[in-house]
Amino acid sequence: MGTFHQNKGELHGITVIVDTTGPEIVVGRCDDMDDRGIFLHEADIHRDGDGGRSKEDYIRRVAQLGFWKKHDHLMIPSDKIASVRRLGEL
Amino acid sequence: MPYSELLVRPMREELTSAGVKELRTPEDVDSFMNEKSGTAMLVVNSVCGCAAGMARPGVRLALQGERRPDRIASVFAGQDLEATAKARAYIADIPPSSPSIAFFKDGELVYFIPRHRIEGRDANAVAGDLAQVFAEHCAVPAS
Repeated sequence: MGTFHQNKGELHGITVIVDTTGPEIVVGRCDDMDDRGIFLHEADIHRDGDGGRSKEDYIRRVAQLGFWKKHDHLMIPSDKIASVRRLGEL
Repeated sequence: MPYSELLVRPMREELTSAGVKELRTPEDVDSFMNEKSGTAMLVVNSVCGCAAGMARPGVRLALQGERRPDRIASVFAGQDLEATAKARAYIADIPPSSPSIAFFKDGELVYFIPRHRIEGRDANAVAGDLAQVFAEHCAVPAS
């Protein structure tokens, strides 16, 4: 039992890792994804190399225990998205 | 803003009816966490259907097994705000997520299931993860 939003896509409510075509990688809870891009809630952004961590290092870290929210909402345009993966499957 | 208690009550009862003690105040949380001996599981409950809708039945299923924690409790994120904040203060190094499940042995956090490890899985899968933790850390009850 819980609240559901049937009008959203299959990733609605799912925590995803969005790799971009640039140095940024984004993690957050997907609200919806369409041809305009992906809209995330409670998100964090990591830039490749920040804090001495590569994108892969960052993914390994957040996949284990989660991440600290830095942004309430984020929109990543389609042309900036390289891949979208479920964090729980990494 | 918290949801209507009418909406939330069944989500509370889904756990309390399985023997989970609900912690509604910071004092409740302190009392639960200050008991250090043995094993304890703390469920951070949530209204979210995408994940909590599987977490609660997963917890219920896991508690039907032979081994279970000595003490089991929950706080309700987004509803009992002060109690949830107090509970999260006990695992301050872990990014907050709800639903989530923390497992303690002799007062030490030994296992944590964040929200993203619950999303998209079914209750049996969540229960299976918990059963493995119970098998590793919980004693077989004396017959």
